[in-house]
Formats: sequence, C-alpha cells, structure tokens
Amino acid sequence: MFSWLERNPFFFAVGVFIVIAFAGLIEIVPDFAQQSRPVAGAKPYTLLQLAGRQVYIKESCNACHSQLIRPFKSETDRYGMYSLNGEYAYDRPFLWGSKRTGPDLHRVGNYRTSDWHANHFWDPPAIVPGSIMPAYRHLYKNVTDLETAYAEALTVKKVFNVPYDKDIDGDGKVDVPLGTFEQAKKQALQDALKVAEETKRKDLVDMVKQGKIPEVVALIAYLNRLK
Amino acid sequence: MQNPAIEYDYTVARWFSYLAILFGILGMGIGVWIAFELAFPELNYVAGQYSLFSRLRPLHTNIVAYGFTLSGIWATWYYVGQRVLKVSMAESKFLMFVGKLHFWLYFLGTLAAVVSLLLRYTTSKEYAQFEWPFDIVVVLIWVLWGISIFGLIGIRREKTLYISMWYYIATFLGVAMLYLFNNMEVPTFLITGMGDPLHSVSMYAGTNDAMVQWWFGHNAVAFVFTVPIIAMIYYFLPKESGQPVYSYKLSLLSFWGLMFVYLWAGGHHLIYSTVPDWMQTMGSIFSVILILPSWGSALNMLLTMKGEWGQLKENPLIKFMVLASTFYMLATLEGPIQSIKSVNALAHFTDWIPGHVHDGTLGWVGFMIIAAIMHMAPRFFKREIYSRKLLEIQFWLQTTGIVLYFSSMWIAGITQGMMWRAVDQYGNLAYSFIDTVTVLHPYYTLRAIGGLFYLTGTFMWAYNFFKTMTASRAIEKEPQFASPMAA
Repeated sequence: MFSWLERNPFFFAVGVFIVIAFAGLIEIVPDFAQQSRPVAGAKPYTLLQLAGRQVYIKESCNACHSQLIRPFKSETDRYGMYSLNGEYAYDRPFLWGSKRTGPDLHRVGNYRTSDWHANHFWDPPAIVPGSIMPAYRHLYKNVTDLETAYAEALTVKKVFNVPYDKDIDGDGKVDVPLGTFEQAKKQALQDALKVAEETKRKDLVDMVKQGKIPEVVALIAYLNRLK
Repeated sequence: MQNPAIEYDYTVARWFSYLAILFGILGMGIGVWIAFELAFPELNYVAGQYSLFSRLRPLHTNIVAYGFTLSGIWATWYYVGQRVLKVSMAESKFLMFVGKLHFWLYFLGTLAAVVSLLLRYTTSKEYAQFEWPFDIVVVLIWVLWGISIFGLIGIRREKTLYISMWYYIATFLGVAMLYLFNNMEVPTFLITGMGDPLHSVSMYAGTNDAMVQWWFGHNAVAFVFTVPIIAMIYYFLPKESGQPVYSYKLSLLSFWGLMFVYLWAGGHHLIYSTVPDWMQTMGSIFSVILILPSWGSALNMLLTMKGEWGQLKENPLIKFMVLASTFYMLATLEGPIQSIKSVNALAHFTDWIPGHVHDGTLGWVGFMIIAAIMHMAPRFFKREIYSRKLLEIQFWLQTTGIVLYFSSMWIAGITQGMMWRAVDQYGNLAYSFIDTVTVLHPYYTLRAIGGLFYLTGTFMWAYNFFKTMTASRAIEKEPQFASPMAA
C-alpha cells in the first residue's frame, strides 16, 4: 500500500491529511459547546475595560504574565481561587499566556489598586525592588482608541450574541449597557474619570476631563476588573 | 545521477538562502538582545517603547520561525524538489514564475508583518500574532508554494516520491490546516464600519480559543520546526556522506507514526488548565508515545552513518547534521518528560520551557539549515566552500552556546518552579514572587552569553557563505557527495 501511495501523490496527500486532521476533530469538537458557557453572573467587558484589554494585547503583556491559576495550594495561596472555564466566556482572544516572567494576573483586581498600578507602570523597580519589568510611560500620553474598542464590542454583540444591553442576572436592569457610540463613549469617560481620580495623578485626571482617556487608565480599568 | 543531462535551476533556492541568512541574523540578534534585557532591564529603553521586551519578544519568535526557518525550508525545497523529482525548474516557465512570485510575496509580506508587530498590531496568539490582512497574505504565499510542489510533481520524471517529498507535502498540508483554523477571526471594521481597519476579534472564546491555539501552537512546531527539517536531513545527510538511508521501513514507520501521533500532543500545553481533563491526559500520553516516531527518524539518520563515523572528524557539515539529529533526540525526549502531569506542574510557566524550545530550534533546526545551505553553496556558485576552519570554529562556538543556553534554563526553570511551591514550617508560601525573579539573574546572564555565542557563529556562517559566493576557488563540475572546501 505504501509504495503505491508513494507513486500516487494525490492519494498520498489525501492520506496524510486524513491522518493529521483526525486528532484535532476528536480533541476539539466534543466539548466545544459546553466550553463556551459563561459562569453564572459573568458579565461582558465594559467599553473602557475592553479598550484596556486591547492595550494589554497591544503591549503583549501576555508575553510575561499568565491569566490562569492552576488548582494547586501554592497557586491559590498566592493568587486566589483557581480559574474556572466559564470565567473566560467573553475572552476573545484568551490571554492565559505561557510564561510567568512576572506573576499571574487573573485576579490582580483583588489585591492591587488603581494608584498602585499608576505608580508601578511609571517605574516598576521603585514599587517592587528588584523588578525586571520595564516602565510603560508612553501609556500615560497615548490616547485610548475607544472607537476600535466600540467596534469590537459591537461586533461580538452582533456576531456572537455577547449580552450587551441585556438583563443578565434577572433583576430587571440592563447589566452592561453599550448603546450607540456616543452613549458608550460618555459612559467610558465617566468610568475613566473615576479610575483617574483613584490614581491620584493630576495629569491623568486632566486628560480625561479634556475627553481624552490615557491608555494607562483604560489598562488599569481592565486590570481592576480581573477578579 | 542516472540522468546527467538535467541542468537544475537554483535561482529561487539561492534567493531563499540569502533570506535565511538575513532573517537568521535579524531574528537571533533580537533574541540575544531581549535575553540581555531580562538580565539587565535598563536595556529595555534604548529605543523607547520600540525596544521594550514585550514588544520585541513576538518579533524574535516570528522572525526566527517564519523568517529564518521558512526561508531555510524553501531554499531547500527549491533545490531538493527538483533533484528528487528529476526535473528542472527551467523546464517550466510557469513554475519558475510561481517560484519567483512566491519569493517576493513572502519577502515583502514578512517585512510588512514584522513592521505591523512593531507598531503594536497583534492578535496576541503565540506564533499567530499577525492581524487578518497579513494572514491573507500568508495564505496566498502558502497557495503559491502548493502550486510549486504539485506543479513540479506533475511534470516529474522520477515517479516514486522520495522520503523528503513526503515530509514537504506533509508540511504544506499541516500548516495550511492549522493556520486557517487558528486564525479564524472577525475583522471588526467590516462588521461595524468603525475603528481600526486592521483590528479583528477571535472567532473562539476563552477555553475554546486556548484549545485551538495550542492545537495550532504545538503543531506549528511540528510542521515548521520538525517535519520539513526531517525532509532536509533525509536528503542532505545521505548526499553529503555518500551513504544510503539506513532503513526504508524505519522511515515509513517514523513518517506515518509522526503524522498520526503529533497532532494529539497539543493538549500538553494545557495541563491543569480549564480544558477537559481527558484531553489533558490524552495530550500527556500521546506526547510520550511521540518519542517512538521522533527517535525513529533520528536513529535512522544516525545509523545511516554506520561504519562511516570517520567522516565526522573530517567533514564539519557531517558534524552539524549528526549533532542536529542528536539534539532532535534530546528535545524529543525532554518534551515528553515535561508533558508528564507531575513534571508539568513544576515546569509549566517557567524558563525550562524556552530552554526546551531552544534545544530544538538552535540545535536541530538551526544546525540543519546551516548545514543544508553550506552543502548547497558549492552547487549554487560552482565554487568550493571558502573555509573549513571557519566552519569548525563556528560549530564548536555554537555548540557551546547551546549547552550554555539549555543548562542555564534548566536550572532557572527548576529553581523557579521549586520556589513557587516552597512552603515554610507552618505551610505558608516561603517566597514572594519577586524573590523568584531576582534569583534568576545569573542564569539569565549565562543564557544571554550562550545566545551571543550562537549569534557570533551565525555571523561566521554568513561570512563563509558570502566568501564562498565571491572569493572561493572555482570547481569544474558539481560535486556528487562531500562538499569541497578549502582549509
């Protein structure tokens, strides 16, 4: 059979394809539907958090930080409750990372504050002596691209039925409003002002008041959400 | 050999060889640089935000995988393909055109994609960072390569496909399948008409996204760093040594075994994550089984040298290839060990993982591409290799570099893994996270020095190749086996 295949390239290629496609089908397909179910009460990212998540991705924070707490005592002691499947239901893409050059961040919102982050991004070794993380000072000047974040939120709402503008927990109120771009932007500016004030940095507050959200503020809003 | 009338056309093979050298220096250069950044963080700021570790790390991985390695693969494809099919590229204007188009689209596409990464356009998925327009370019490049493979097969004289051809075909199919499914993304601008036109959002969410990504990620390693490199060694080692492949049956077993088993192993990247437990176990078990076909190929190559080990002393190219085989064995033993659940609990997220990857990439992929291109150089230019001595020094320098690299990363990884889980007498964590970072400084330094050794070797390779092209003694006819080289 094999020597016949080696003289018939078309059938050879078909054979190879069947053999390599097999594993993917069996491993990925069976649990696909179940895996995309959110845990009870999980809410999609607000516009500001989503914009912050885009900053996290743009700066490749996931090159050094994981967002996956494994079910070991040493990890739950250090980072909190181990990660659950349904907590990631609105994560497109997933950001588990593969290397902890720095610590895990999946529940960083539980134990770090906005002003801690604002000081830390400015000069990490000043806050954590011995840290090898570089400063991200350009994030204090760059203006957050809310439009792209809104485009992403609207896309996932339309294409994947992510529950924006919906009552998720059944208390009769909309949980995460999105609305039009103008409405969403207004809400994001309000949220950003709160974060900026928490950072106690006047330059950040001033920028938000002028209608421009510094990227670091959006990023902190995202990190605060990780709980 | 039976048909000396065929004049093979090496134009495209030559171009891809230049590119392999160029991308090799660039990708490895960035790698060494970011290795030093981990040891000496002040280096992060030399070019403002453009030299931050997090910005450069995807650049390093993408340039070495998709710049250096793919160029090497295609340099050898446009050389080996013609020779094992007994047909010249010059016989078909169409295939020649496709080959050249393939080269230019690839060169410009890769440059554009690299610039996009530098400008923060990334999907965040490892080895699949390129945003959607670049993914489309990658698909076009791949289709062109497919046309080249099956076009050349269509006009072949040698009816039976040689072992290397099996592996090139598998590379083509495997990467096509993996890349397409993992890069399924929705461009947000096309849906909403707003925001950045280059931005997209993944088709899969959370755990599903992770499963697809590591099914891709692990097997991109299979079909870029393993399968096509085996294609190379099955051609170049027998050719350079003048020895027939040790066993056809072993090559058959290894090929089909590798094809079937490799794809299952992706689950070992997700052990103790939120993917189903049965899948983690499958990933773990199949990773261990994977030793069989991997060692099958490697042993087949080593046994090809049976009775001819003397050549190892005389011919540096044989040295490179035999050590490549050996590093392949090391890496394919180390990987399965790391896939065992209890070992993975310690090793995952630590520096042992990049250590493992570099055993394979520096020792196996790098050495094989270096040897293949130096074997082709005398055939490209009808000149002998410029300097055997330089090749020898390069070999030892790079080997030392690899040893420094993996030994320091073993120690760093295991140290960090042990410290993360260490507890004091009351059961409290013994170390804060920063303790586990500062302790790694000497190993990070050592690793960077190892990388610097390897990079220096790469420069020597580039110089030797350039001198072979321009200043070496001419030879009358194409050498049949061992490549001629000046002392």
